[in-house]
Amino acid sequence: MAKQYETVIGLEVHVELATKTKIFCGCSTAFGGAPNTHTCPVCTGMPGSLPVLNKQVLEYAIAVGLATDCEITRYGKFDRKNYFYPDNPQNYQISQLYLPICRNGGVEIETEEGGKKIVGIHEIHMEEDAGKLVHDEWEDCSLVDYNRSGVPLIEIVSEPDMRSAEEVIAYLEKLRLIIQYLGASDCKLQEGSMRADVNLSVREVGAEEFGTRTEMKNLNSFKAIARAIEGERERQIDLIEEGKAVVQETRRWDDTKGESYAMRSKEDAQDYRYFPDPDLVPIIVSDEMLDEIRAKQPEFRTEKMARYKEEYDIPDYDIDIITGAKHMADLFEATVAICNQPKKVSNWLMGETMRLMKEKEVDVEDLRFSPENLAKLITLVDSKAINSSVAKEVFEVMFEEDIDPEKYVEEKGLKTVNDEGALRKTIEEVIAGNPQSVDDYHNGKEKAIGFLVGQTMKAMKGKADPGMVNQILKELL
Amino acid sequence: MANIISDETIEYVGILAKLELSDAEKEQAKKDMGRMLDYIDKLGELDTDGVEPMSHVFPVQNVFREDMVTNSDTREQLLSNAPEQKDGMFVVPKTFD
Ligand SMILES: [Zn+2]
Repeated sequence: MAKQYETVIGLEVHVELATKTKIFCGCSTAFGGAPNTHTCPVCTGMPGSLPVLNKQVLEYAIAVGLATDCEITRYGKFDRKNYFYPDNPQNYQISQLYLPICRNGGVEIETEEGGKKIVGIHEIHMEEDAGKLVHDEWEDCSLVDYNRSGVPLIEIVSEPDMRSAEEVIAYLEKLRLIIQYLGASDCKLQEGSMRADVNLSVREVGAEEFGTRTEMKNLNSFKAIARAIEGERERQIDLIEEGKAVVQETRRWDDTKGESYAMRSKEDAQDYRYFPDPDLVPIIVSDEMLDEIRAKQPEFRTEKMARYKEEYDIPDYDIDIITGAKHMADLFEATVAICNQPKKVSNWLMGETMRLMKEKEVDVEDLRFSPENLAKLITLVDSKAINSSVAKEVFEVMFEEDIDPEKYVEEKGLKTVNDEGALRKTIEEVIAGNPQSVDDYHNGKEKAIGFLVGQTMKAMKGKADPGMVNQILKELL
Repeated sequence: MANIISDETIEYVGILAKLELSDAEKEQAKKDMGRMLDYIDKLGELDTDGVEPMSHVFPVQNVFREDMVTNSDTREQLLSNAPEQKDGMFVVPKTFD
């Protein structure tokens, strides 16, 4: 019988924090600046410059630690990780090795079998991001942009507690949701504000010892992570079955090819010679500081779910979907605050919004329409100024460019015709033009009226209230 | 001298520090490092049971800055230190990830 293998996975997740400035200097973290325009002597590693910790970075790191059941380190410091690479202007990265800010936490995930499981968090530490290397296509050189150098990151190191790609994704989704609710990061994998490195080994089912693990990098979507896990599991099992050894190394995943290759090891890169950074003084986290951060913790998903039930009286199914993404919940609450129609807002978000997001491959964070405009659209339908199919058309335009639906409806002449005389005239024409359907209706075929309503709507270019059309039709027939 | 630094060690330390040393310099560096380690051994003779490791000599802690942008674009000034620049960036030898 073939041997049964178990996959053992741990993750190192880097999250870019949503601060306005870098971790150790007052340079902006905004995206899209011209190269090196968000730099200063500190983040370009000029001799004699001195780093000073951004308080918001510490607060976000602690907030994430509290939300993931970690112990917060009361006496912490920073260490230097030494290596030479042009994206690292100081020749060391400021990180935390000896006393990371958070330790021994965990998050609960749901397993495939429907059970619950805790994925342990070994530690969370604060560190700085590196610059960006651009390869010059024309000359034999590389160019460095230090705008990202010094952007604050937290690295969340899990325990090797996951056993499948599904568990890894459940863990990442949970982590992302917690961090987004905290407002500590937008956690976009595609844009790199959340990056996951996968540590994976295999062992025979029932074995006590872990196998040799490899680290997989360059995974920028959940799909890529799932494929990389499957690919690496198979590669390691093949090696073992052939009697070869798995080499502990860092591998780069090529998602288009669906395979990984060992990264050229930077010369002796494993020896980072960490030591305490003398430029950054120790961090003492007091009870008061912790209380303050705790008091500022936002409402998390479970609390939000309970409140929605109480306050908005919408179905559990709706609540589950809306609170599944922080941005969706924010949009919902802001729109309801304006129009006070929770169920209708929920219908728009769960129906048309989700449909268009899927069709146009738009992430929830990138939704463009404002709560104000969605509320206006709902009011337009409520007041019967437009009918629901016109509303859907208008919404599709709003989805693309957040137009003001009131103005749009006015400009495009989409308002429902409430002139009964005109409607009556059109219906009379429709009746005269479709004697067969009229006969069918009189012979008891109730459905025939649907056809006549459709013909009327068509003649009115969709700008009639279907209820009113129905009523007049029945009367005239 | 109690600590003898091997040729392999000095070679390895040289690689880590990106230093190319002549044979004469290597011999001198071996001696210097040996003496430093002897001194560390001497410190090791002290009884430090129950003494917390110290990383900073000044009694200062919790120095923070508020999250406010205080720096503006000083690219020109910074790049003026670079041996070579192009398109607003620092030119370095070709490097692959
Ligand atoms: Zn800076």
